[in-house]
Amino acid sequence: MNTDTLQVVYERPAALLPVVTHYCPGCTHGVVHRLVAEVLDELGIRDITIGVASVGCSVFAYNYFDCDFAQAPHGRAPAMATGVKRVHPDRIVFTYQGDGDLAAIGTAEIVHAATRGENITVIFVNNGVYGMTGGQMAPTTLPGMRTTSSPSGRDVGTMGYPVRMSELLSQLDGPAYIVRRAVHEPGHIHRARRAIKTAFQVQQHAMGFSMVELLSTCPVNWNLTPSESLKVVEEQMIPYFPLGDFKVAAGVKELSDEHPSRQAQPAETAVIGKARSPIFGKATAGVFGR
Amino acid sequence: MTKELWKGNEAIAEAAVRGGLEAYFGYPITPQTELLEYLAKRMPGLKRVFLQAESELAAINMVYGAAAGGARAMTSSSSPGFSLMQEGLSYIAASNVPCVLVDMMRGGPGLGNILPTQGDYFQLTKGGGHGDYHPLVLAPASVQEAADLTYGAFELAERYRTIVIIAADGNIGQMMEPVDMPPMRAIPRRDRGWELSGARNRPRRIISSLYLQGEELERLNQRLQATMAEIETREVRYAESQTADADLLVVAFGSAARIAQSAIKDARARGAKVGLFRPITLWPFPTDRLRALAQTIKQVLVVELNAGQMVQDVRLAVGAAASVEFFGRMGGVVPMPDEVLARIVSAMPSASFDRDHPWAIAR
Repeated sequence: MNTDTLQVVYERPAALLPVVTHYCPGCTHGVVHRLVAEVLDELGIRDITIGVASVGCSVFAYNYFDCDFAQAPHGRAPAMATGVKRVHPDRIVFTYQGDGDLAAIGTAEIVHAATRGENITVIFVNNGVYGMTGGQMAPTTLPGMRTTSSPSGRDVGTMGYPVRMSELLSQLDGPAYIVRRAVHEPGHIHRARRAIKTAFQVQQHAMGFSMVELLSTCPVNWNLTPSESLKVVEEQMIPYFPLGDFKVAAGVKELSDEHPSRQAQPAETAVIGKARSPIFGKATAGVFGR
Repeated sequence: MTKELWKGNEAIAEAAVRGGLEAYFGYPITPQTELLEYLAKRMPGLKRVFLQAESELAAINMVYGAAAGGARAMTSSSSPGFSLMQEGLSYIAASNVPCVLVDMMRGGPGLGNILPTQGDYFQLTKGGGHGDYHPLVLAPASVQEAADLTYGAFELAERYRTIVIIAADGNIGQMMEPVDMPPMRAIPRRDRGWELSGARNRPRRIISSLYLQGEELERLNQRLQATMAEIETREVRYAESQTADADLLVVAFGSAARIAQSAIKDARARGAKVGLFRPITLWPFPTDRLRALAQTIKQVLVVELNAGQMVQDVRLAVGAAASVEFFGRMGGVVPMPDEVLARIVSAMPSASFDRDHPWAIAR
């Protein structure tokens, strides 16, 4: 074999430590971790980055990224990140939060960090369920979805509707960049990676608050196989949580390789309030209406 | 140095600035709001961080973040707001991150009122958040002392990597007194070996309070306990006056001690031998000194602006060596010196008083 022609096309990002993660099989946290680490490598910012982990499944994120990390109280990561960033304005600060953390107990903190235009980046992993505590209803649990605390399925009459955080936060004047992507299949994963890169670039250029919401899976608590879970993201989550760019401040497109002028953009323009998850109630496997 | 007239809240704010405060995060609440307002004006000019948070929860976690980043960080609040900060304080305690808080106590429980009390004593000294920890609690009895204690609070916090709380009340915050303000101190620019600043040219650092293994968390707790034991050995502070010949000892802290001091002056003028013992550190409590005093003084009167909280620590210190009585007013009612004097009179044998003294005792 002529090794001169061999080149490395795929390896562990330097920003990701060579350790085994605690995540369940089929969980997409691993994918998201890798994407963030790749972006830290690509932008060359690993050694000036400070991460803030949330409470929930991603509480151990600090064990996996090779950068400085703090672990915040439940929901308070945006406040803690604000403190870090304000005293280290020349460093890159990001939070890594789940839906229970960001959209329930930490709603006030994320809303106000966003509305201040806090120059931090938020990686928001939305799998519609509380994972760490064993699968209870989250603010993002879809209507009709069974969880351990909505055993008959989420009844919007008594339990309310899922919160669309990207849409909600994009109504504020503070944020510079708010998008929703999904990590259920390779094309979407590539688009998610580009969005994460843009979000960090927004911070590098001190343009303000950036957040990438990532529709993810929780096979164990959804009571589905990993592949079934990926299908649920496509067929049930995306209709309720449409993918797209919800807030892109002037100037962001110029610094981003997501820009339509540089590449073909997938047809995923946001349509807010379009879907009410028509598939729920239909007999599918797992917690989804069995 | 020339003394200047300072309002308590503003004196604390300026002393914090001069003591090296780099980042302040706070939320308005009476009776400490002037502290926040003062720093809103003062900090930007010095290119230091001032940020009004959306809540006390956010404020304390901003302090957590800034302090984890190595900055001298502070917040201030009053009782209901201070209650909201307990979650953050427990995390900060576990993470060994130094920071300074000011609690300008007001009437409670609940929303209570905006009048001065000392009702947070339990919460301050026993660890208001979950788990085993004690912040270092400093209780000033004057505006000058509030400024002095705040000035030194950051170095104290950093020495032990602990929380330091300035525990005052609405009296101290709102009154004006002459203050000899300490000089501006340079902010130390150093890597303390634990702070988060980006892992350039060094291994990454983690600040976390999560320890899933019991033995691991026990080790953390043992370290915390060892630090607290060291603080108990080295940092106990108190003031006493006229204790050498006293038959009765009044024990009071903060503004209650000021009132007690007036009552003691009146009692002394009537021939009664009364002394004052004033804890300055509420935690660590000056147990040893009080225990020693109790061997010669048979009666103790504890005066507090609450239903009797510090009196428990006094009883633990005194034991059976002396009788301990308590006098307190609640709800923000501040007793007059005459009320305290009346309690002193009723606690002491009437023989020790000059009943013909022209200063009447209001009963």
